[in-house]
Amino acid sequence: MTGGITSPDAGWRQADRGPATQQKTGKKRRKRGGGRGRGEVAMVDDVEFTSYYGRQIVKTPVWKSPDVPLYLFLGGAAGSSAILGALADFTDRPTLTKVSRLTAGGGSILSVVFLIHDLGRPSRFLHMLRVFKLTSPLSVGTYILAPFSAAAGATAAVELLGWFPRLKRFGGAVAALFGGPLATYTGVLLANTAVPSWHAAHTQLPFVFGGSAMAAGGGITMMFTPVDEAGPSRKMAVAGAAIELAAMHKVENDHGIESEPYHEGRPGKFMQAAKACTAVGAGLTVVAGRTRAGAIASGTLLAAGSLLTRFGVFEAGIASTKDPKYVVIPQRERLAAQQNEHSSTITR
Amino acid sequence: MTSISSASPGLAMPDPKNRLFGPLPDVSAEAGYEEDHPKRVGFFTDTSVCIGCKACEVACKEWNTLPMDDSHGERDALGLSGMSYDNTGMLGANSWRHVAFIEQSRAVDLPMPTHRRPGDDRSAGGDLPAPDSGDLDSTAKAQASVLNAEALSEFDPQTGQTGADKQIRWLMSSDVCKHCTHAGCLDVCPTGALFRTEFGTVVVQGDICNGCGYCVAACPYGVIDQRKDDGRVFKCTMCYDRLTDGLQPACATACPTQSIQFGDLDELQERADARLATLKAQGVETARLYGRDENDGVGGDGAFFLLLDEPEVYGLPPDPIVTTRDLPAMWKAAGKAAAMMVGVAVTAILGSRRR
Repeated sequence: MTGGITSPDAGWRQADRGPATQQKTGKKRRKRGGGRGRGEVAMVDDVEFTSYYGRQIVKTPVWKSPDVPLYLFLGGAAGSSAILGALADFTDRPTLTKVSRLTAGGGSILSVVFLIHDLGRPSRFLHMLRVFKLTSPLSVGTYILAPFSAAAGATAAVELLGWFPRLKRFGGAVAALFGGPLATYTGVLLANTAVPSWHAAHTQLPFVFGGSAMAAGGGITMMFTPVDEAGPSRKMAVAGAAIELAAMHKVENDHGIESEPYHEGRPGKFMQAAKACTAVGAGLTVVAGRTRAGAIASGTLLAAGSLLTRFGVFEAGIASTKDPKYVVIPQRERLAAQQNEHSSTITR
Repeated sequence: MTSISSASPGLAMPDPKNRLFGPLPDVSAEAGYEEDHPKRVGFFTDTSVCIGCKACEVACKEWNTLPMDDSHGERDALGLSGMSYDNTGMLGANSWRHVAFIEQSRAVDLPMPTHRRPGDDRSAGGDLPAPDSGDLDSTAKAQASVLNAEALSEFDPQTGQTGADKQIRWLMSSDVCKHCTHAGCLDVCPTGALFRTEFGTVVVQGDICNGCGYCVAACPYGVIDQRKDDGRVFKCTMCYDRLTDGLQPACATACPTQSIQFGDLDELQERADARLATLKAQGVETARLYGRDENDGVGGDGAFFLLLDEPEVYGLPPDPIVTTRDLPAMWKAAGKAAAMMVGVAVTAILGSRRR
């Protein structure tokens, strides 16, 4: 009859196997089965599960693409550039300071535009400032983004105009203070949802986004800074790329069936392209980052890798809401595990 | 005067226990209401007596003037879903009650699994007891009594028989917003548009919502949704306007079989426990309460159900957990990641030769 972990009781099953209610999860077949550990998927056994006519259980987020992935990318690049800019300012690297501040300012203003555009009622953006709620990452994020974009935007503006050098330093420092949280809170923003593939990776996404932010910020500032001054950019970009790849590897492999959307379809392609761009970009930075052409090429690759990571993670989460198996199977396994635990304590 | 907080009690109260998840004896008081607030109210939806008439859906649409949409939430579209008698499809911005129809069959020679093709059973001779070949009078009696739980196990009133080897039964269930003890939508709302009422229910303030859509992604049941042409989100209010005037919600008023029962939550819970005990005693092994357990992932539901099969059969998540339960761990990770960024940047600066 209905095997697997979710057999309906007493033998009841969908009449005449109604439309796609009893589904089997396909076993993942990977061509590179014997390859290195990277990219290898934890095998998910065939399990039958029940659903209501195959319909999704959780709602698909109404967040728009490309607004939200672009917001994630720009916010990250701006945040890491702001940190770099403030530190470069304190250690007297004028060109790197200027480039970082312009990146941070431009990125933050654009990210605000994308964030507001994504609202269902953009004219009510200021309602975000009615309350402050630690339980709402979007509320916390608003209070990170608002001072950050004000400080970074103003700093970039006076940098362009060449006014108030001291105010510039202060503005840059304020932006740097909020830069880190701005780049990593977005991981919490996605993870604090019922979206299976985001929530499963809730402790890893902030590190993915933090690393990705440094790869992007380092890459972009490296492109526009003379190579002999861009040493910090290169170092930050390579370290960020390594962190991004390592954290993303865990996201993609640690969560059983909830990791599956990161490997399949469009999000899977995004993730593969992201990994290729980031890895090649980081390698090229090490090898040829000290040449003008090398810096431009590797900087572009790193920024593209970061952008693709955001799109991949975003779309993987979207995909995980559309199939009820990503909701039912992990929850069933959780229940089964609790039951086992419970029965084992009873026997003891 | 106490201010009504739209934040989860988790971070506002000194006691960290059970503020983000777990049982919470008085949700309204946790939200800041004075001691004399009304008792927490709720729905108990007893699906064993649901006849699938959809009066609840109609009453809800009428009272709340909800626009028409099809089973995918497309506004002003009239479409057949192709799934049984259910053309509502799901809960959403325009459907705050949704009657699910599930058609199930089973072979009657249970519990032994059959490996024969359907037609073979008949040719195998009279060794299989045909359920409708017995006492016709008792069968008719069982069919006549919708509320007879013994009949439910022996001869499900939602069951017809299509042949000697197969039984068909219908499961019908009116789904609704669960008004969770720990509501994910409420926790993540950045504007305070979602709030906890004095009745312990969760309601959206339409004049505050700015359509950020966070609640849509945060609901573990997939209840709340955005109206695309409007931009804001909408969901069941448990007829807050009617409650404040001492009336029952429209759906409960319209339900002809008392499948939807409205009342004080503690009273409903007692009633549900008794009903479950009755059904169990009469042999309905598959009956279970859903959303009744205060120790579940959302601290128990304000609207809970008696189901006759696994929750996922009805399109409900088997073990929903409010996403905010894990939020402290997430903030910790984000803090560490932010510190890591500063550390990497400082190292990068110090490790590079000055020009």
